[in-house]
Amino acid sequence: MTPVATTFRSPPQVVHHHTTSEPPAVRRALIAVALVFLSLFLFLPLAAVFAQAFSKGFQSGGFQLGMLLHPIDLMRSLKVSLSFYFQTISEPNCLAAIKLTLIASAISVPLNCVFGVCAAWAIAKFDFRGKNILLTLIDLPFSVSPVIAGLIYVLVFGAQGWLGLYLNADNPKFPWLANWLNEHNIKIIFAVPGIVLATIFVTFPFVARELIPLMQAQGRSEEEAARVLGASGWQTFWRVTVPNIKWGLIYGVILCNARAMGEFGAVSVVSGKIRGQTNTIPLHIEALYDDYNFTGAFAVASLLAFLALITLGLKTWVEHKNAALNEIEISK
Amino acid sequence: MAAKPIRSRKIRVLPGFKLTLGFTLFYLGLIVLIPLGAVFWKTTTLTWPQFWQTITMPTAMASYRLTFGASFFAALVNVVFGLVVAWVLVRYEFFGKKIVDALVDLPFALPTAVAGITLAALYSDHGWVGQLLSPLGIKVANTQLGIFIALTFIGLPFIVRTVQPILEDLDPELEEAASSLGASRWQVFWRVILPMLTPALLTGFALAFARALGEYGSVIFIAGNIPMKTQITPVIIMGELDMFDYGKATAIAVVMLVVSFVLLLSINVLQWWTNRYNTHNLA
Repeated sequence: MTPVATTFRSPPQVVHHHTTSEPPAVRRALIAVALVFLSLFLFLPLAAVFAQAFSKGFQSGGFQLGMLLHPIDLMRSLKVSLSFYFQTISEPNCLAAIKLTLIASAISVPLNCVFGVCAAWAIAKFDFRGKNILLTLIDLPFSVSPVIAGLIYVLVFGAQGWLGLYLNADNPKFPWLANWLNEHNIKIIFAVPGIVLATIFVTFPFVARELIPLMQAQGRSEEEAARVLGASGWQTFWRVTVPNIKWGLIYGVILCNARAMGEFGAVSVVSGKIRGQTNTIPLHIEALYDDYNFTGAFAVASLLAFLALITLGLKTWVEHKNAALNEIEISK
Repeated sequence: MAAKPIRSRKIRVLPGFKLTLGFTLFYLGLIVLIPLGAVFWKTTTLTWPQFWQTITMPTAMASYRLTFGASFFAALVNVVFGLVVAWVLVRYEFFGKKIVDALVDLPFALPTAVAGITLAALYSDHGWVGQLLSPLGIKVANTQLGIFIALTFIGLPFIVRTVQPILEDLDPELEEAASSLGASRWQVFWRVILPMLTPALLTGFALAFARALGEYGSVIFIAGNIPMKTQITPVIIMGELDMFDYGKATAIAVVMLVVSFVLLLSINVLQWWTNRYNTHNLA
């Protein structure tokens, strides 16, 4: 016989809570395991980038809490650190690397954006055979090692590759092309065009794979309605489609840009690594590191780490924005 | 009777099909397919014995074992801890959860070269972690353990981000039913929740494994690249390229590409399986 009072004291919520959650001790232990793992593998490396970047003034033994008792020494160390930091990132070779990275992403991101929109339009708004094969092929660059991504362009445009074969100095198959390239001193491999091509390859799927599922989920009825009501194709695209896919597009561009600016393996194969000329920011970091200028390498690396944090911040913001929009849609 | 939307194969209401598909195929061919084809073209310049000798040379064989082994264990560790992280992020509340959730994607956003030099610095004998480990006799920098750590870093978000949405969509009624029928919390997890997460865990594992196989930037700084010991396969390809031996580099690249394509295929199958599970749950 169960006393009535007992059933009354345990309201249904608590029972519900008990059956679908763990005891507090287990919960705390799991949170602790997750946070320790993430600290070791994520937070510690992130903190280390910035700590190393500003470590110049604290060379012997690094920063210690005791230094807070000697504010003048601390200020002096900080001043050394900061001046070294800004000296490193304003060096001509570093500025050239920043410029090249900006050029590579300024070309590759818009191109992949146009491609992403075209691919998503064709795949989401129309039915055709071989769609699944096309989807798999678009994802292909993600499953290719960055080193191989660089290698393939060396094989196409390098001296021992296709282009090299056809432009062979002794017996060119297309003399006009060989002459034209020589006259204008155009090089592709170990030069800027190769770097741009490798960057386009590794960032190829980002925008497309964001937009395709989004546009497939949205269907084509809104665009069809616009057309039936007399809008032209472009009007339909700009006034109906673009507002619908705006956030997905921004999301894809953010991810695409982060990868474009940070790519290392593919670019390192095609760049030739001429300092001040064909080094991107990641390659410049490697060059400084190989010179045992570790603090310098981390100073430049902190720029990219900062970019990564901005990327994550923007990404989270877009996700929130999108979730809020979806809720409005659902409540309608 | 709801009116069927206009969906005819002959009369298309929306314009631009030929233009967009045409550009898509042109760009795909130009950037991806033709250059990838060059790899297979270049391989034909090698004779079969040359090709076989290159891909089975001792340094290459050692690199396959290392790359596969380290990638496998890194992905495995990520399955366990990634599941814990996803679980904690979906089911519990704690201070700073939103920031932690956003930072899980750090390995996607942080350039590999930056991750590489940072991990190398952290685990060197004077680094923050390395100086704690070296008195214990554990060396990480320039060892296979270092490669494993770099690949674990790279693979973490794949598992968390594949499991998280599935975990969010799980129907609590199933767990309630199981526990009201007398199952303990552990039994509910083991017999009810885990089977539903299995496709996602496998997909995440395959994605992390595939990424780790080709990884270059985050590994080379911590690995030290000692032949036969800590040289991963991409480093072997890079070494051949530095000696301008494109034939050899291409032969090893073909091995990696074939493995990647097989993995891509299995990931597609796994994702199809995951989606089926997912839609089944929603229904």
